[in-house]
Amino acid sequence: MDLKIKVESLNFYYGAFQALEDIHMNVHENKITALIGPSGCGKSTFIRTLNRMNDMIEGTRVEGSILLDGENILKNETDVVDLRKRVGMVFQKPNPFPKTIYENVIYGPKRHGIKNKSQLDELVEKSLTGAALWNEVKDKLHQSALALSGGQQQRLCIARCLAMEPEVLLMDEPTSALDPIATQKIEELFEALKKKYTIVIVTHSMQQAGRISDFTGFFLNGELLEYGETDVLFTKPRDKRTEDYITGRFG
Amino acid sequence: MEINTQTNMHTIKRKNNINSRKLKNKVFHGFLILATTMSIIVLALLLYQIFSTGFKYLSFDFLNNMPSRFPHKAGIKSALVGSIWVISLTALFSFPLGVGTAIYLEKYSNSKSWLNKLLQINIANLAGVPSIVYGMLGLAVFVRFFNFERSILSGALTLTLLILPVIIVAAQEAIKSVPDSLIQGSFALGVTKWQTITGVVLPYALPGILTGTILAISRAMGEAAPLIMVGAAGYIAFMPSGPMDSFTVLPIQIFNWTSRPQAEFQNIAAAGIIVLMALLLTANATAIILRNKYQNRTD
Amino acid sequence: MREQFSKELQSLKDMFTQMGQKTRDVIELAIISLKEHDLGKANKAIRLDDEVDELEREIENKCMSLIALQQPIAKDLRRIGTILKIITDIERIGDYGVNIAKITLSIGNEAHVKPLIDIPKMADLVKDMLKLTIESFEQENINMAKAVIQMDEQVDLLYSKINQDLQEIMANNPAASKQVTSLLLIGRYFERMADHTTNICERIIFMVTGDRIDIC
Repeated sequence: MDLKIKVESLNFYYGAFQALEDIHMNVHENKITALIGPSGCGKSTFIRTLNRMNDMIEGTRVEGSILLDGENILKNETDVVDLRKRVGMVFQKPNPFPKTIYENVIYGPKRHGIKNKSQLDELVEKSLTGAALWNEVKDKLHQSALALSGGQQQRLCIARCLAMEPEVLLMDEPTSALDPIATQKIEELFEALKKKYTIVIVTHSMQQAGRISDFTGFFLNGELLEYGETDVLFTKPRDKRTEDYITGRFG
Repeated sequence: MEINTQTNMHTIKRKNNINSRKLKNKVFHGFLILATTMSIIVLALLLYQIFSTGFKYLSFDFLNNMPSRFPHKAGIKSALVGSIWVISLTALFSFPLGVGTAIYLEKYSNSKSWLNKLLQINIANLAGVPSIVYGMLGLAVFVRFFNFERSILSGALTLTLLILPVIIVAAQEAIKSVPDSLIQGSFALGVTKWQTITGVVLPYALPGILTGTILAISRAMGEAAPLIMVGAAGYIAFMPSGPMDSFTVLPIQIFNWTSRPQAEFQNIAAAGIIVLMALLLTANATAIILRNKYQNRTD
Repeated sequence: MREQFSKELQSLKDMFTQMGQKTRDVIELAIISLKEHDLGKANKAIRLDDEVDELEREIENKCMSLIALQQPIAKDLRRIGTILKIITDIERIGDYGVNIAKITLSIGNEAHVKPLIDIPKMADLVKDMLKLTIESFEQENINMAKAVIQMDEQVDLLYSKINQDLQEIMANNPAASKQVTSLLLIGRYFERMADHTTNICERIIFMVTGDRIDIC
């Protein structure tokens, strides 16, 4: 198992409030890593440090290091634009742009300089196929993306990410706004996606973490209490608090 | 049995309550209809008055003739063309300036900085300044200082100043309404700030920005006072051929006619008003069509 | 379809099949070693049973993981629940095989008090039952399972016949009592194996249909 991301001594502050405390974590290549924990435990904050989306929030501060393929992305000279190209992100609520399906997929690539029409066409088909959406939308590529169902919209957002040919996919509760059928489709998609990408997913649903992930991290009050193979964490957690949380006895 | 009576009592009470609430509902409904019809009636009266006096003077000649001392020869051509010139230039200046300012205020300047706050207060206040004051400003700055003379350019720049605050505020509101999730989605794809603004923010905000601009331009089209200040003439017997020519506009021409003693000129003024309103409605309609086109794209 | 889960479930079933086959091999080795005084085979049977035990542990862990991670319901839940129960039966069957192998070792090269006819017959029957059981599990075929349950009667009949024969020998030749007791035990073990197989088949029927049957 190759290491893709190595997080070391990560601290994160919103102003005076410390949201993450001394996080150490190894994210393995071509595996799905799930992050679970109660609301406000820092799991979303953590995933957003991996592509530096927190930069956009004023008054935040980060310490420690995050090595992506050995390179510290928290350095000042890191090109954030390039980083986000390598580390894509899918959000909780499907957020397709109010454009056509086609334009949504090429939104990123076009702005990164791909202008050739046939190259873009190819990219659209490849990305939509990768997101298991091609067959459903291939006849209406030039219709508004907002006409799609919630599940389709979310897969379109995944396709939009894939079009950037990233190495890592970050998913911040990607199915929490979807119905069970759409959720299942996306979960199946993960299985296929992990062959090519390294996936980190934040989820509120422990069951989901169990079903899809290879590694699970349990966050509580800004700390990573327990991290390891999902199989082990779900059957034999080391920490009493992890056990309480996953068995629903939390609080 | 006692319990039964009590329940009945409650039912009756509730029923009474329902009746009084329904009554209130009806009263307010009636009041609102009255308020609406009032304004419609006033508008209808006004339109009737104007159309009944002015309609028969409307003709191709009226549109195509230059103003004249003789009422039967007088036309509105130079004022119509002047209005179109001024408004087009005003739109050309105010739209990019206004939207640009709004983008700067919303997306670039730090919303907590004193400069931003100062600008915001200024803009809000400027929107409330009487138009004649803008006229004086235009006279001092454009006509005298920049030496643009009493030209279309001076008029358009003055009107630009007048409507700029309205456009800025409207554009700011429209930009604020762009969902954060879209902006984040764009950034997460490794897209730069400027690309995000042109790719997501502006397309999404455009309908709102256009609505504000339409209202502002309509207002500018009906303005006479500031243009009188910068020296729009009451009598222009030639066609303006460039932005540096002297000019007149419809409201001034109409004002000019109404101030004449002859009764015929009053009627011609009514015809002029019809033309001005037609121009206004056309401008509004174009803008609405434009807006709907973009709105369809975003919804 | 939950592709990943289906895959996991299939591999679980494959592990169970493997465990069943290894157990059959244990019985096979034990009965050959008994018939042919082949002590090497007896030792081999004992070692093979360790693998069966190891498989049982693995299957149990896998069942637990699948329940914890995949939240199986309905038939999927019955499949995993059934496997969790029937591996105990299989493991017991393997243990009886080991017991037989150990008895074989203690008999050593001592001549048999009587030609072994019915015991190998029993062994063959039990092996067939086990084979059929595994097949019925793999194919989720309840008719095969029912057939296995029927076969149990024949085993019982053979067992009582062996009992009678051996009691007669013991009455006539008290010196043979040690070996006779051992052979009696072996008969008993085969009879128990058949009972466990029957249990498994009842479970399989429950797994497939969701109905509990009690065939006695």
